[in-house]
Amino acid sequence: MEQAYWRIGHPTSAITFRLPKKTVLISAVLFAITLTLAVFGLTKGMLPLTLQQVLQALQGDGSLTLQTVVTQWRLPRAVMAMMTGAALGISGAIFQSLLRNPLGSPDVIGFNTGAYTGALVTVILLKGSYLQMAMGSLLGGCLTAVLIYLLAWQNGVARFRLIIVGIAVSAILNALNIWLMMSATQESAMSAALWSVGSLNGITWEKSLPTGIICCVFMLVCLALARPMQILEMGDDLAQAMGVNPDRTRAVLMLAATALTAAATAITGPISFIALAAPQIAQRLTQGASLSLICSAAMGSLLLLTADFVAQHLFMPTQLPVGIITISIGGIYLIALLLREARKQHL
Amino acid sequence: MTTQPHTLHQRTEITNPAMPLSLSGKSLSLGYANKLIAEDLNIAIPPGSFTAIIGPNGCGKSTLLRTLCRLLKPLQGEVWLNGKAIQQYPTKEVARQIGLLPQTAIAPEGITVTELVSRGRYPHQSLLKQWSQVDQIAIDRAMRVTGITELANNLVDELSGGQRQRVWIAMVLAQDTPLILLDEPTTYLDITHQIELLELFFALNQRSGRTLVAVLHDINHACRYASHLIALNKGKVIAEGKPADIVTPALMKAVFDLDCMVIDDPVTHTPLIVPHRLLPAF
Repeated sequence: MEQAYWRIGHPTSAITFRLPKKTVLISAVLFAITLTLAVFGLTKGMLPLTLQQVLQALQGDGSLTLQTVVTQWRLPRAVMAMMTGAALGISGAIFQSLLRNPLGSPDVIGFNTGAYTGALVTVILLKGSYLQMAMGSLLGGCLTAVLIYLLAWQNGVARFRLIIVGIAVSAILNALNIWLMMSATQESAMSAALWSVGSLNGITWEKSLPTGIICCVFMLVCLALARPMQILEMGDDLAQAMGVNPDRTRAVLMLAATALTAAATAITGPISFIALAAPQIAQRLTQGASLSLICSAAMGSLLLLTADFVAQHLFMPTQLPVGIITISIGGIYLIALLLREARKQHL
Repeated sequence: MTTQPHTLHQRTEITNPAMPLSLSGKSLSLGYANKLIAEDLNIAIPPGSFTAIIGPNGCGKSTLLRTLCRLLKPLQGEVWLNGKAIQQYPTKEVARQIGLLPQTAIAPEGITVTELVSRGRYPHQSLLKQWSQVDQIAIDRAMRVTGITELANNLVDELSGGQRQRVWIAMVLAQDTPLILLDEPTTYLDITHQIELLELFFALNQRSGRTLVAVLHDINHACRYASHLIALNKGKVIAEGKPADIVTPALMKAVFDLDCMVIDDPVTHTPLIVPHRLLPAF
């Protein structure tokens, strides 16, 4: 116990933090690996660079071409991969904690399908700009979450019911998405289709800034609610007896987690698997009782950056959308997870 | 951390006065939208008592307990905590005054004993003040009092039922509230563990002056260990008072519809209920 935590601040002072050592260390290691991979990724591409050149460009030195390639083309992609990965990781951890089910992640429940519907509606029906599409996606994700929440409401939210209702709603939305695509002009259907597999190709600072800020804000909201979330895991009665309002806390957490998924979807299109797997892998690593949001975020970053790296460089010069990579790995992972859950219930 | 001697009656919390709290319910109507469980119920928990709520299944015992700690809002009437309506307190303030061990508590998978007990400190902490010396003292003491100090690093999943229940009680004790409510704390335990727990409750009440309110199934356990009984049936208080004063065959008939005799418990000299045979002897 004494060794398991770092205490920050004197025990009698007004501000004291307590950080579980193992979780912090593992998160730090994951983050370090992610950063290394990101810098390594900056050297790769049509114009191979040396590590020195990359570091030079990051410091603002070097030729204009070098700087443009590194800071305007490659860096936004790496940063957004890390940020959306972190957002998806946190979002997944929150849903899995609230639903007490490793399958209860936003991509399984279909919040990102809803976000996609929102984007399609703005692009195809309203002929919106990129920014409007991002907003449409956010709105679509949140509306879907509210709809699923209301449909699953029965004297409070039944957890398993929410997952089932989510899967059903996402099936309907999928059909709607296909219908929207069919009725679109070829041009907008093409861009929508490309977006639908989840891709970081052609990311720029301008495109990612607004949703990036939204991501950051909601990540902070989630981190601030990490402790009540842990208390909620012990059951509504106990949580309430300890001063946590279960329904309100759950609603805020779900809203924030949905906003994170939707914001990530707005930037990259629906990317599955990260939200599902990152929290579970993080938990295996930390072996903690609760899903750690920080560690899930670090794991999500690493997973998405790796997947994007593979997507960019596996079939050079053809670039695959990163969603293809994550969905292929994710499919295998989901089957493994289902088998494990099924076996657990047999025992 | 320096080890300081702590005895049970030393309270660590500064904000909570050692003075026992008063908790009562006035003209309570309890129930859900379509089902009325109790009407015009008046309840007073004597400060400093170990009160046991007894009664047949479905008489509203647990509903009453949940109402007393604000888990349920009464349809009518008001619960009073220290002379103020409980609804007027901030949620976390109630959690610093009343601790509850519900039947539905879930131990997260893979949690250690210390970690679970630590979570009881939540009402005393905040986002910026996550840990204090008082927290550590309260946790150490709660674990020592319940005799689980040696289990500190074990996983809760791996403990026996009796040990696990003691861990939960340590968690509620770490919450360091003057009032503790327990919803059927001995259910599903074997007789030895039941007695162990009841002895622990008795000692806690006697030595620390905490007010304990427990829903108990076993009337003999209630008579033996509680200082105050509230006998409920069909949403009405049939009798309340010291077990020796109120427990009679007539009361058992009125509350449980049970024919029995009441004798003196040879060990504790409290009332002991011995039911009659229902069928005529062969």
